[in-house]
Amino acid sequence: MRTEVRTTANMNINKNIAISETGFVFNPLTGDSFNTNRVGQEILRQLQKGASIDDLYKHLTDTFSVDKATAEKDLADFFMVLKSYQILIEV
Amino acid sequence: MAKISYERPVITKLNTGTMNKFGTRTEFAPVTHIDGVSVKKLIADYGSPCFVISERTIRNTYRNAVRAFKTRYPKVQFAWSYKTNYLNAVCNVFHQEGSWAEVVSIFEYEKALRNGVAGEKIIFNGPDKSEEDLIKAVENNSLIHIDHSDELYMLVEVLGKIKKKARVAIRVNMDTGVYPMWDRFGFNYENGTAWATINKIFAHPELELVGLHCHIGTYMLTAHAYSVATSKLCDLAINVKYRYGKNIEYLDLGGGFASANTLKGSYLQGGDIIPTMDDYAEAITSTILNYGFKMDELPTLFLETGRALIDDAGYLLGSVIAIKRLSDGRRATIMDFGVNLLFTSFWYNHRISPAQEISSQTEDMVLYGPLCMNIDVVRESINLPLLNKGDQVVVHRVGAYNMTQWMQFIQMRPRIVMIGMDGTPHVIREKESLDTMLRYERLPEHLEKIG
Amino acid sequence: MSTKKQKITVAVTGLNNIDSPGPGIPVIRALKESTAFEVRIIGLSYETLEPGLYMHDLVDKSYQIPMPSVGTQPLLERLHYIHQQEKLDVIIPNFDAELHNFIKVADILKNAYNIATFLPTQKQFESRHKSVLYEFGKENGVKVPFAKMVFSPNDIYQLGSEFTYPVAVKGKYYDAQIASTPEQAVNYFYKISAKWGLPVIIQEFVSGNEVNVTAVGDGEGNCMGAVPMRKLYITDKGKAWAGISLADEKLVEIAQTVIANSKWKGGCELEFIKSKDGEYYLLEMNPRFPAWVYLAVGCGQNHPEALVKMALGKKVKPFKDYEVGKMFIRYSYDQIVNLSEFEKISTTGEL
Repeated sequence: MRTEVRTTANMNINKNIAISETGFVFNPLTGDSFNTNRVGQEILRQLQKGASIDDLYKHLTDTFSVDKATAEKDLADFFMVLKSYQILIEV
Repeated sequence: MAKISYERPVITKLNTGTMNKFGTRTEFAPVTHIDGVSVKKLIADYGSPCFVISERTIRNTYRNAVRAFKTRYPKVQFAWSYKTNYLNAVCNVFHQEGSWAEVVSIFEYEKALRNGVAGEKIIFNGPDKSEEDLIKAVENNSLIHIDHSDELYMLVEVLGKIKKKARVAIRVNMDTGVYPMWDRFGFNYENGTAWATINKIFAHPELELVGLHCHIGTYMLTAHAYSVATSKLCDLAINVKYRYGKNIEYLDLGGGFASANTLKGSYLQGGDIIPTMDDYAEAITSTILNYGFKMDELPTLFLETGRALIDDAGYLLGSVIAIKRLSDGRRATIMDFGVNLLFTSFWYNHRISPAQEISSQTEDMVLYGPLCMNIDVVRESINLPLLNKGDQVVVHRVGAYNMTQWMQFIQMRPRIVMIGMDGTPHVIREKESLDTMLRYERLPEHLEKIG
Repeated sequence: MSTKKQKITVAVTGLNNIDSPGPGIPVIRALKESTAFEVRIIGLSYETLEPGLYMHDLVDKSYQIPMPSVGTQPLLERLHYIHQQEKLDVIIPNFDAELHNFIKVADILKNAYNIATFLPTQKQFESRHKSVLYEFGKENGVKVPFAKMVFSPNDIYQLGSEFTYPVAVKGKYYDAQIASTPEQAVNYFYKISAKWGLPVIIQEFVSGNEVNVTAVGDGEGNCMGAVPMRKLYITDKGKAWAGISLADEKLVEIAQTVIANSKWKGGCELEFIKSKDGEYYLLEMNPRFPAWVYLAVGCGQNHPEALVKMALGKKVKPFKDYEVGKMFIRYSYDQIVNLSEFEKISTTGEL
């Protein structure tokens, strides 16, 4: 069974990540729990659906009042953190 | 459809740190105005970073201190500690309120004179007074607080030359139960040096011993230490009366009262643990009143408190230059002010508020200043709301020492603005420029051309 | 019995019933067994993994409260919110590190919300600090091992002949280590000061048997109850694993003297060393109930209940007797908890 969804050229998101409405995130792979804000939830959900980076930019700029440059910068940073928490896994 | 307002995505691991966010909202409440003036406008008009001083806060704090002491003791005189903040505008607010001047160098002494303070209302403290300095102080009839015996002998010599008398006090250091003990200034009480020095002064008719001075430390968290200090000064005063029949005119308890800033390494918040002005006043005045002076021979109580009177009135406004992530994953925020302006960040964890509306999300970060220099760390770890480039912040309680101990290093020093009683901002110190710096440089002729 | 119990709501901190337990759960058990009150318990927690949060048979509802280090203002605001939901009658704080703030806001809680506490005064609280315990002992007629505050490793090297090693190295709030050399003491200095700030206390080491007393004072010089206990088994963290109540009249007398002389208000734990020649040295006075306070209940003295009565202004008669030879034996227990509960306390701060 595939448990990861390919998100970018070399990054997969753990499919079993549980995200609640309150922003509570649980990573069953590591047992860690997290708290994320509205935009963070949105990104994780999109990633779980298999969104590509370009899909994400479009989704963020369509949904939130943010320009592409800011979204790009913030996303790069966010991915780094997700990687360090093993929510995103390099392949 | 209207878009949802955006906030940078953040994800934090639960149960890792010591903070929980419930109940800490006030700490992060935006501070958008100071004395009714918009922070945004202050930065637009005067630049970022920029120091702001509230005249209203100075006057209120000062009046509260005067009330605390004068309602307990009949004769009280404050002297503004110039080194804490010697901007003329600040000094003159204190002088208008009735404060004398307390100075520790000839530079500060002349500043006080130029501010219009009468010579006899200047207390000249400190270990560094030259022969010329002493002559000037004697001629102006100022109060000279002798710090060491070399100064005493030099003063005797000077007085012999100019055939004048001087009004003096000695600085006394002592064990008040607070450590480390400040014994580098003045004459020690416990080992008898202070009393021996008093005897020497009485052997010289050109010296008149009018006061006794001590300054037991800084950021004193216990009012009790002041009771101990006061009783030791009282003991010397009573002994002077007994032995020489002379009434000591004043006891100067110095300063050292704490402000509500939180010291690094302190577990609890500064504001929750410091004694109030009334606590200090009670400790000092009740000790003198109960010591056994005759009512008409009570000495005047001099106070030189600086920090506790000015810290709250000072703010530093600044902006975020950049945010980045360090290799170990920590968030780093670079501000346009650093240790060059916020000298007290070496020992305080200042309260820092955002100056605009914020989300409820917070993150831990390192706060760096703008200097290209590794020491420029305003805070190793602080939990703040999400900040973005260009966001503005207000640093609280920076009125004491920052505007005197700041340094011109890499960056020029910024404007200082005082918000007057009617809410009008006044520039009280201009920002520095390249010309400011070049004014003092001299270029030898052979180095004038580089090509 | 026909008399109806009075219904009250009591908020309690210290739900960290872990291997080095906080007193919260034992205090709650004592209150749940009260004959005078029917108590609804509101748990106040700092962390999301405090076991008490999940003990729903003892704790009726829980709230996260801000860490003591953020100050009294956020604490008051949080308590304001909690009081709006729960109508608190009494708060019993159980952590040393939070007491300063609770004492500071006690009057506000009483006047603005009519929430009662029964805490020592700020002055009493400070007077038994480890850093000044030696003076406290002199004033209140109890022997205390000689101690000094140190602010830097250098201070330790300069202690010289004032101490002979080994010495005890102690933190301002918690932690105590025995150092046999100055180097070891410096090592502990770094560890302890990093966690609890300065000063660190160096205390003369007295050898003998440790005996403890849990007691409660009415603030006017009366000791309302005191039960002495000797630890029978100690964990690697120095906490009692098992203990037994003692018939030590002299020890009870000393405890009563300390409480009478200091006019102690509230619960406390007195830790003594009984030296080989039978002298009692006060090592520490903790300004709240110990984690083993439930032993007192088992011996017939319900100290937490007495404290709540006094907090609510009721007359209380001092306990005279207690059962000697009663033991407590602590055990750990694995609760099974659903992630949804952890999620709830983590994201909403309530459970």
